[in-house]
Amino acid sequence: MTERVDVATSPADGSPGAGAHPSSPPPAGGFSVRRWFGDDASEPVRRNLGLIAVLIALYGIGAWSRPDIFLHLDRLWSNELTVLTLASSIGVVAIGMTFVIISGGIDLSVGALLALASVWATTLSTQSYGAAMVVFVALVVGTVAGLANGFLIAYGRMAPFIATLATMVAARGLAQKISGKTTQVVDVKGITDIAQRKFLGLPWLVVMFAVVAALAWVLLNRTTFGRRSAAIGGNGEAARLAGISVRRTQVIIYGLSGLCCGLAALMVTAQANSGSSDHGNLYELQAIAAVIIGGTALAGGRGTIVGSVLGVLVFSQITNLFIVNNLAIEYQLIAQGVIIVAAVLLQQFRVGSLRRRPA
Amino acid sequence: MTEGNPIAEGVTTAAEDVANAAGPPLLQLTGIVKTFPGVRALDGVELEVLAGEVHCLLGQNGAGKSTLIKVLAGVHRPDSGSLLWHGEETSFSGPQAATKAGIATIYQELDLVDDLTVAENIFLGHEQAAAGFVRRARMRAEAAAVLRRLGHGDIPVTRKVGRLPAAAKQIVSMGRALSHDAQLLVMDEPSAVLAHDEVANLFRVIRELTSRGIAVIYISHRLEEIREIGDRVTVLKDGRTSAVNLPARTTRTEDLVTRMTGRTIEYVFPERAGSTDGAGGTPLLEVVGLTRPGEFADVSLSVRAGEIVGIAGLVGSGRSELLETIYGARKSASGEVRLNGRRLPPGQVSGAVRAGLGLAPEERKSQALVLEDRIYRNVTLATFARYAKGGMTRAAAERAASAEIADELALQPRGVDRPVKTLSGGNQQKVVLGRWLLNPSNRSSSAAGRSRRSAGTRLLLLDEPTRGVDVGARADLYRVIRRMADAGMGVLMVSSEVPEVLGLADRVVVMREGRVVREAPAGDLTEETVLDLVMAGSLLEVDSP
Repeated sequence: MTERVDVATSPADGSPGAGAHPSSPPPAGGFSVRRWFGDDASEPVRRNLGLIAVLIALYGIGAWSRPDIFLHLDRLWSNELTVLTLASSIGVVAIGMTFVIISGGIDLSVGALLALASVWATTLSTQSYGAAMVVFVALVVGTVAGLANGFLIAYGRMAPFIATLATMVAARGLAQKISGKTTQVVDVKGITDIAQRKFLGLPWLVVMFAVVAALAWVLLNRTTFGRRSAAIGGNGEAARLAGISVRRTQVIIYGLSGLCCGLAALMVTAQANSGSSDHGNLYELQAIAAVIIGGTALAGGRGTIVGSVLGVLVFSQITNLFIVNNLAIEYQLIAQGVIIVAAVLLQQFRVGSLRRRPA
Repeated sequence: MTEGNPIAEGVTTAAEDVANAAGPPLLQLTGIVKTFPGVRALDGVELEVLAGEVHCLLGQNGAGKSTLIKVLAGVHRPDSGSLLWHGEETSFSGPQAATKAGIATIYQELDLVDDLTVAENIFLGHEQAAAGFVRRARMRAEAAAVLRRLGHGDIPVTRKVGRLPAAAKQIVSMGRALSHDAQLLVMDEPSAVLAHDEVANLFRVIRELTSRGIAVIYISHRLEEIREIGDRVTVLKDGRTSAVNLPARTTRTEDLVTRMTGRTIEYVFPERAGSTDGAGGTPLLEVVGLTRPGEFADVSLSVRAGEIVGIAGLVGSGRSELLETIYGARKSASGEVRLNGRRLPPGQVSGAVRAGLGLAPEERKSQALVLEDRIYRNVTLATFARYAKGGMTRAAAERAASAEIADELALQPRGVDRPVKTLSGGNQQKVVLGRWLLNPSNRSSSAAGRSRRSAGTRLLLLDEPTRGVDVGARADLYRVIRRMADAGMGVLMVSSEVPEVLGLADRVVVMREGRVVREAPAGDLTEETVLDLVMAGSLLEVDSP
């Protein structure tokens, strides 16, 4: 046999002692930040550091344009709490979307599912059973609708784009039917409290976002479900031939996205003090954009929860900058579009530089 | 690599006369070399084609025929060597350039657009237009004229190509070539998709073309066709020309077969275990009357523990489909698969994996690996759930087990944390094989090295295990496969390369057109007999002395 170590592709094994224990992972004592940065393993982290740099740059713009807010710690803090609160519901939706996109799919129905859940959970009869029932209905409606997406895609073999486009339209229509296009005022104190209460100085909504993000991180990175999701998106055929039940996993993924919509519906309903078929308008676009900015590949297989959270924060921070500078909303939309294009171009540039030549 | 056989020359008599009469040959290749990473696909190929002749290319799978075609079609650029077209040194910058020069290639999988009409397909890429508007009526008329020239005025030019039968599609492909004023038509196994009488019709069309001075390069595994339609034959072996310009009708069959076989590259095959429990051992895998219409029919075979069974057959003989059906990735129409006497549910991969089957599929990159993902996660792709506790994956345990496998298979480089795409083809294949060597269920309970295999993967299905793997890494893979068998696994292997099947397997099953035509111990078969069986049974029957 030819013992041939390809030096070009194995910088880590190049040390003289590498031959002794070639199979053991790099020892903790020999950890070097520089080497770690050069390794493929740190790629997602490097990307997220890039997003943090963007956030810092946005703070810089804030400090330049509104020093009265951004250079006073207490005012900055309260401003950032506003940003986070606004980001929380879209953030929860984006986290569900992250799983969908990592698995190689897309969910266009999130905004409509949110509206449907908010309307269904705030009908007079639901409200009459109290806060627990409102919460229960919102979560169940979101989950069931998400599972329906999953079944259409996994067992009906529909393209995710088409299936969720159909449920998007239908769910929005059903929400309008249920509400009669009226705004359903919420009269249950337990629900409105969600938007009012604080925990350790942080609004509940922000805490919920953080908890969902933490749970999702564990789910994606530490559970068999997360592994299956990534494997399906990375190479669905290989996953299937390795014995992974692709369809069942897909159904669960879309169900999870629906559950996130149900939870976000509660958050939006609490903030607005009402259920409405207009809630969640264009959430699908914002969530997808945030996930993509966060470095999740639209083709599937690769992505991080932290990236999606940062993507949402970048988006919200831009919105905030436009608001505190009293700029019209149209500029804000233009800026968001530019950010999406820049993020994707940057991503392609990176992927292109990693890939030496097309196979 | 050793030096190849000397090129057979001097047999050209009739053809030489033609050459002298016609002036410079239409096409002349000398010393064409084309290498891909790890593989020397063409290693000095000679080819001479005269106007108006049917020149046949013979060679086994992997001999370099496809690469040669792609060089002619302008898809690949040769690394060195010269290509004379009409006696002038030429190099094609791309497929369009080759088409423009007058070389048309008809691939096995015809590159027609099913949703376009016959006329639109014929003029695809060079639509007749005036001021940007497609001149549909004129295109239809000209397409009809082209088809009439091919003797097929009966094919309606407004019909969608997807609705035509295979034979008519082929005529449309040829029509496209004619519409380009092609002077050389390259046809890659055109008869593979045709019924017998359709082949006769194809030959009639080919004769009409050659009578008008158009040259045809004809590739087929069926020797009787070569004798019927061919003028001269060039034989390829291991990327080299082993014989040029043999007369197609008079060269003895043994001569042709000898020039196709006999490796110049000697593979080192590991020694067989010797007696594999004798023939009386109960079979590990039993396949009984397995059928999938259009792919294979009534296939029965068995594999014992510790035995390697090789399936020989051409591409399209149903071998890969058979493996995938045994594995549950395709659902059988009838028949059954039993592992250790227990019937496997058809069409259920997860059930098959749980029962102890593993598959290393044909297309490593698209079917087996998550290329962007790390090595250890690819090794544990089928087993990570079994390493997990309470739904939580245990990366440390997976890493450790994968590292052990990497050591055992001599993975290069050894580290299991880098993306699998950074590995060479042979090492990627080791990752796929290693996947089925893992056996997490049993690890904690038994410390004994060998015994842990018994309850994990018991039968391994290998589809073209050495495809795209360079020569050095092959020997490595052969040893790994043999060791897996020695440890008690059953192995069922498909390969296009007859020497590989004969060298590695204990027993050989030959498939042709979806059926098992022969089963015998590997020692009882020679490369020639297997080739004969594989290629429509015609090689030795035509003119055996």
